[in-house]
Amino acid sequence: MSFTTPALRHSPLDARHRAAGAKLIDFAGWQMPVQYEGIKAEHLAARRDAAVFDVSHMGEIETRGPGTQAFLQHLLTNDLRRLPEGGAQYSLACNEAGGVLDDLFSYRLAECRVLTVTNAANHERDLDWFRRQAQAFDVDVVDRRDDFAMLAVQGPRARDLVTGLSDGSLPTRMHCCQRTVDGVPMLVCGTGYTGEPGVELLLDPGHAPAVWDAIVAAGATPAGLGARDTLRLEVGYHLYGNDLSEDRGPIEAGLGWCCADATGFIGAAAVARVRADGPAQRLVAFAMTGPGIARQGNPVHGGGVVTSGTFSPCLERGIGMAYVPADRATPGTEMEIDVRGRARAAVVAKKPLYTKES
Amino acid sequence: MSDPSYPEDLLYHPEHDWARIDGDEAIFGITWFAQDSLGEVVFFEAPKLGTTVAKDTAYTEVESVKAVSDVISPLSGEIVAVNEALADSPEAINEDPYGEGWLVRVKLSDPAEQESLLDAAGYEATLS
Repeated sequence: MSFTTPALRHSPLDARHRAAGAKLIDFAGWQMPVQYEGIKAEHLAARRDAAVFDVSHMGEIETRGPGTQAFLQHLLTNDLRRLPEGGAQYSLACNEAGGVLDDLFSYRLAECRVLTVTNAANHERDLDWFRRQAQAFDVDVVDRRDDFAMLAVQGPRARDLVTGLSDGSLPTRMHCCQRTVDGVPMLVCGTGYTGEPGVELLLDPGHAPAVWDAIVAAGATPAGLGARDTLRLEVGYHLYGNDLSEDRGPIEAGLGWCCADATGFIGAAAVARVRADGPAQRLVAFAMTGPGIARQGNPVHGGGVVTSGTFSPCLERGIGMAYVPADRATPGTEMEIDVRGRARAAVVAKKPLYTKES
Repeated sequence: MSDPSYPEDLLYHPEHDWARIDGDEAIFGITWFAQDSLGEVVFFEAPKLGTTVAKDTAYTEVESVKAVSDVISPLSGEIVAVNEALADSPEAINEDPYGEGWLVRVKLSDPAEQESLLDAAGYEATLS
């Protein structure tokens, strides 16, 4: 029996990454840079200065037409009435049973035009789900994955740096607008995945290398998916496939805040039931209190499992997220994690694990 | 990080480990290629003194930001010394993999095993 592997997708910045000596990895069907000089230095550049990430593996789906509002209100868990034109909103898509299909950012480009950014590994499934559900609504669902490169510029100096290349002021946090940056028209979004100020840029892939060069020349440190992961874990952001899955619901994942049950989104009844009854397990952030670094899949003694684990460059210890029994989810609760056969000590910690003061 | 290097006075195991033979003892470590593949090493817990190690089997782990990796013993014997400085400065494994980044010293139980190891050129040939 033989299996064919679909060809790896390459970012429009692939040649830039190779020239910079990046280590490339296969990630969700894409060949993407995991690091350039080193994860720690790239991580600290984002915390202290400015870093630029190529996240062109992310997918995009555009919904347009008179039924846009009603359709997305049905499909997404957050309340679309709270997404104004020029706004950004975090949301989930759930199945009927209340399992999480993806976590998504939506940007309202116009009253009846919304661009939704998908996780690379889920893009095709999301697109299929959007299209299937769209049949009952007066909307067009358009796959726009190939129309956009995506760059994230993140860090305390990121906004000043991009402002210097832009034809106008940047959108504030959780907003988006069209701007010309380094002479290239693009969608600039006040969002990110690092816990730092910054922007995400959605632009024509053909122009991405020149814009990347301009941002690097202005002083941003190229950073890879390795640092993106350590940064997001320090601030407790979920990663689909690790901390979120179809087998887990929003309430146990700590994402009840972005589920407006009353809107009647797909899965709302199931989510409301768990919200009322309380989940059996909850996703917590944890920090190791002794040696060792827990990793995805490590069992938690007394029940539960680590879904993400890494070394925190800012806290200089192992950190992560785990599902644990709901009665052991309070910050301060001591944990013991089975790290490849050794019991390692950790403690449930308040999110975010990292703050500027820590 | 340093430039690639594979000193000629060492013997190499194809699983990216080196041995510096010293009479009936040897010092073990991981190669430049291994540390470069791992990325920044952030945790190394030395095995206990007196532990028996067997050629071609894992005897310890090194852990980088992203992943943990088994370290394979290039030869058989008993651990007689460990590099305790790595507990506080595991980055020495990246910065000086053949010097300050050594892992353990082993009293060899079968010195003849070293005949099966590679020289520097032979090991480098496996990397291309």
